[in-house]
Amino acid sequence: MTGKVKLATTSLAGCFGCHMSFLDLDERILPLLERVTFDRSPLTDVKHASACDVGLIEGGVCNEDNLHVLKEFRDQCRLLVSVGACAINGGLPAQRNQFDVSELLHTVYMAEPGLGRRALPDDVELPRLFDKVRPVHEFVRVDYFLPGCPPPADAFWAFLTALLDGREPTLPRGALRYD
Amino acid sequence: MSRPRFTLDGVPVEFDEGQTLIEAARAAHTYIPFLCAHPDFPAHGSCRVCTVLVNGRPMAACTTRAAAGLTVESQTPSLHADRQALVQMLLVEGNHFCPGCEKSGGCTLQTLGTDLGVTSAGFAHESPQRPVDASHPDLLLDFNRCILCELCVRASADVDHKHVFALSGRGLHKHLIVNAESGRLADTGMSVDDVAARVCPVGVILKKRVGFSTPIGQRPHDVAPPRTQVEGKEEP
Amino acid sequence: MRTVSELLDAHQRDPTRLLQLLRDVQAASGQWLPPRVLTEVANGLGLPRAHVEGVAGFYAFLHLEPVGRFRVLVSDNITDVFAGSHDTLRAFSERLHVEPGHVRTDGVVSLDRTSCTGLCDQPPAILVNGRAISRVVGERLDAVVACIEAGTPVDRWPEALLHVDEGIRQRGPVLSSRLAPGAALRRVLEQGHDARTKTLEAARLRGRGGAGFPVVTKWETCRTAPGDSVVVCNADEGEPGTFKDRVLLATCADLVVEGMTVAAHCTQATTGFIYLRGEYTFLEGHLRGVLERRRREGLLGQGILGERGFDFDIDLHLGAGAYVCGEETALIESLEGKRGVPRHRPPFPVTNGYLGRPTIVNNVETYADVAVVFANGVEAWSALGTEKSTGSKLLSVAGDVERPGVYEVPWGVTLRDVLALAGGVDARAVQVSGPSGELVAPFEFDRRLCFEDLACAGAIAVFGPRRDLLEVALNFARFFAHESCGFCTPCRVGTHVAARSLSKLQQGRGSSVELTELETLAHLLRDTSHCGLGVMAPNAYRHWLRKFPEDVRRRLSASFEPSFDVEAALMNGRHEGARR
Repeated sequence: MTGKVKLATTSLAGCFGCHMSFLDLDERILPLLERVTFDRSPLTDVKHASACDVGLIEGGVCNEDNLHVLKEFRDQCRLLVSVGACAINGGLPAQRNQFDVSELLHTVYMAEPGLGRRALPDDVELPRLFDKVRPVHEFVRVDYFLPGCPPPADAFWAFLTALLDGREPTLPRGALRYD
Repeated sequence: MSRPRFTLDGVPVEFDEGQTLIEAARAAHTYIPFLCAHPDFPAHGSCRVCTVLVNGRPMAACTTRAAAGLTVESQTPSLHADRQALVQMLLVEGNHFCPGCEKSGGCTLQTLGTDLGVTSAGFAHESPQRPVDASHPDLLLDFNRCILCELCVRASADVDHKHVFALSGRGLHKHLIVNAESGRLADTGMSVDDVAARVCPVGVILKKRVGFSTPIGQRPHDVAPPRTQVEGKEEP
Repeated sequence: MRTVSELLDAHQRDPTRLLQLLRDVQAASGQWLPPRVLTEVANGLGLPRAHVEGVAGFYAFLHLEPVGRFRVLVSDNITDVFAGSHDTLRAFSERLHVEPGHVRTDGVVSLDRTSCTGLCDQPPAILVNGRAISRVVGERLDAVVACIEAGTPVDRWPEALLHVDEGIRQRGPVLSSRLAPGAALRRVLEQGHDARTKTLEAARLRGRGGAGFPVVTKWETCRTAPGDSVVVCNADEGEPGTFKDRVLLATCADLVVEGMTVAAHCTQATTGFIYLRGEYTFLEGHLRGVLERRRREGLLGQGILGERGFDFDIDLHLGAGAYVCGEETALIESLEGKRGVPRHRPPFPVTNGYLGRPTIVNNVETYADVAVVFANGVEAWSALGTEKSTGSKLLSVAGDVERPGVYEVPWGVTLRDVLALAGGVDARAVQVSGPSGELVAPFEFDRRLCFEDLACAGAIAVFGPRRDLLEVALNFARFFAHESCGFCTPCRVGTHVAARSLSKLQQGRGSSVELTELETLAHLLRDTSHCGLGVMAPNAYRHWLRKFPEDVRRRLSASFEPSFDVEAALMNGRHEGARR
């Protein structure tokens, strides 16, 4: 890739831990900024992506809002990168896939003590839940995967510098991990 | 007298009569990726990760006997892709969430995946429902991670002489069962000291109260992953 | 009703009889195997309980959960489907008030689908408590419903309802044989060993199960291997669309048993088995009768035909719904009372088979052919067929033809000849040898059925001009996923993934991504599977992708789509009380 590359990042059902790990690039962010402009990202507080070269997405898809964000993001990003365990296999939120959503909500909001008012959350503003938490690639085409919980900063560095240099990204030993 | 030899990726490998390809390669400190093979047990041949080309024909290296003059290929792009796909299949078949698994850092499936450069499960997840069995005072069974290698079945039958484990079902419904009418591990003769209790290559059979005790960086495969164990070299 | 203990004794408390015992115990204990019963069986045989449960859990016709007193299984074979088996399933579901895959709340009836029942010439077929019933539509469907609601045990259902047509359309040397029991055997005894071997060599007889292995080679290897030889007849005719062995066993059982006895003499075997697929339980009584009569006639047992030392007998084993047991090493495992998981090869069964003994496993038709070769002579046999495929071949023709049934043809006939015989000239495709065989397009209809060109194990499924070949491919792919033994990763997971990709295509959600995935899977299954089932499984769709590109193109979506209905997945996640 030549010129400044437009990069966007966002999170679905994730914990922003992948973003925090990205920030672990520390001083390497400075040389990166010489080659990259940030578009939509919690780092810029831009809410909607415009056409971008690369989109990094963390988190899985657990509700219709996640899907809405994902579709918009996919449409704007030439290359979409699934980042972190949740985007890649649902991660922690997907632990609920063992259970029926209705039963789960009843258990959490009705049966278990501690929440005070015993009622299911039913505000119309709340996005509808999916029956299962699914990884990003089950909804849209994904170009690259950057695994890890979170992927270490070295993985972001190796991956992005390879893309920027026009090389096929490979992760160094130790940077490719699932935990 | 010189020993018979075959070539593995062009390099001569000597072997003893009766050795399988993977045994001979291991003895020569050459790594052929594997999962269900274990040096202490007869070959099982179910994971198919060790598939190699023997005189051009795909065969499992763990069940194929070495023979003089064979041309064996292991590191080809096509076999590499096959192995990646096999790992991906195992990842979608069960529920593998490494970040929360106490076997992480000592799991043969995990280390094989990262070693092969598998970055995602690729296929759609099955998300099967597999309740854990926490009935035993000292051991936990988390079936979500089972890869059906039968190492525990074999260890319990052949070494412990207890037959605690077996497989039931077939196809994608194949699953590990325990030797009790109740279906609970507590009602079997399983003991925490059994060989079967420590042979699981993934995180199905876990000792209670000892999880997450080793810091990241010092866990078994952080120190010596299977490839290094075979090649006999230190981690760089 | 016999107790578990009595049944254990009836099976001599022999662990190798575990599968046979479980079949009997299930029949005696209310059609399923409760945990307590499995424990009793395990204790009685001195086997680990988990082993017994593992075996029971392998076979589709053994149940670890309660089922109905009447278990209705509707054939899911594609020609049954095209003949309306889904409508039959729906009709049962509505009229018997039971969902497929479930048991009615009163426990009277359960309903489900099953793999091909081998009645493809009389579709749509069902099994009720293991009993095959043909043409279940209209009045016959009414009659089945009435019998179930009346609680009539299946063996007392009207004869006409239980009747299975013979199904022979064209006879050749095998089906027209009027061989007197023992006639071929006498010829064999007259010849010395060398002459017998010469006869088999000259006949150039090849196995009829599909692989076409020369019979004489297999038998000679077995004979010379150390140990007591075993002769096995593979009557686990599970390849969807095949039913010629059903016809042979129903009409020419003597010929088959005679061939087995010849094999026993040639290989010096004392032990024989017929492994009959569970779907053909309706033939069990007939076959036991034939074996018993032959014992009385001195054609089985000690000193056959007065020949000292010629001792051979045959035991009938029944399968229990597992296609993979048609693979010879899986069949042997099943004969030994285990899960039907194919063995590693080598060693091969000819040297290390049943209980480690030298074992020949041949197809039903092969044994019938052997008897005909020895009875009629090599010349008559070799006059039919081609250079490398001598004699005749039984074809099971089903699907969109005017005259479905079994045709005995000389090897070397073209597919077009067969279609003309059966009245299927407007076929748009023909599946030869079942799902693991090949989908043949019209431009290839002049190919000849023989080992030199288009090898055929027996199934000819004809698809007419309006048939959706993707539905065929999907049906086949699901069949393999259902029948995978689950031993090796590629087959256990790969067959399932392939079926899902095809399903995605069928729903119009598939893109080039799925095509690539299917190609990858085809390669992976072929190269890394443990046995032939996995290797052949991609044949479910491979030929369709290659030979019908227009079909494929029409099914493709331009962009990547999820494999599931997103809106439905949201609705399923919607919780009661919330989001009103």
